Amino acid sequence: MYWHSLNDFLHMGGYALYVWVSFAVTFGSMAIELLLLRVRRLKGQKMMGGAIQ
Amino acid sequence: MNWLKFSSPQTFYPLAGKLVPWFAVAATVLTIYGLYLGLLIAPTDFQQGDSYRIIFVHVPASILSMFLYVVMAIYAALGISLNARLSYMMATSVAPTGAMFTFLALLTGSFWGKPTWGAWWVWDARITSELILLFLYIGYMSLQSAIDDKRRADRASAVLAIVGVINVPIIYFSVKWWNTLHQGSTINMGKSSTMAPIMLKAMLIMMVAFWLYSVAVILTRARREIEDRERNSEWIKQAWLQEVKE
Repeated sequence: MYWHSLNDFLHMGGYALYVWVSFAVTFGSMAIELLLLRVRRLKGQKMMGGAIQ
Repeated sequence: MNWLKFSSPQTFYPLAGKLVPWFAVAATVLTIYGLYLGLLIAPTDFQQGDSYRIIFVHVPASILSMFLYVVMAIYAALGISLNARLSYMMATSVAPTGAMFTFLALLTGSFWGKPTWGAWWVWDARITSELILLFLYIGYMSLQSAIDDKRRADRASAVLAIVGVINVPIIYFSVKWWNTLHQGSTINMGKSSTMAPIMLKAMLIMMVAFWLYSVAVILTRARREIEDRERNSEWIKQAWLQEVKE
């Protein structure tokens, strides 16, 4: 482990804003993409269910 | 073995459904490992301090933004030359993920540029050509949704995707061709890396993880695309029922 403490880690040597925003937006975007696919799946399910019954 | 068999949506649909979980699991495991190495194990950079850690998302996102564009253009070209429906559906499915990674490359680049160059944005060759890439993805998606006739939409947007591929080598070589503010490539063919091995390892793992993520997402989106386009055919109902049962 490179860091001495949790605070040290969160502080990112003074670059906390830049580092954490970059990581948060990246993984946040991926999460949104997965969520949108999920929504599309549910919509499709309704449509398919309707078509089969 | 008849490889053309896999170019039919009927064969592809269940196969993709079986592949997705494997790619998803591998992507998750490697992302966690890559973040562990990059954020917890790798030491700070002697020049850039801890701001350099943005590299672990910035480089994978940038590489994927270019790679996915080429993949999209290849599917578009296959769609035009073979008149293959599945190729068009694949091209359509690649675009949103490619656009997302392009946006992320620009955004994380901006958040890296501010502490290292003192500016959020500069009209540098690398950054400008990457912005054009984002417009190409957006143009491709808008063109497709602007034309009602799916087949015409596929063909028109495919032409745009193929023409736009010229921008990819421009982005890639921009740091060599022009005098740019953007730093040169960290990994070069035939030359040893200028990066510390642990940093390089973390970056490569994140790159593979993002690639696996893209495959999982694109295959899933292609399945949704097939469901939408084939909803009136009997086979998709059968395939869908089959999966519900399983």
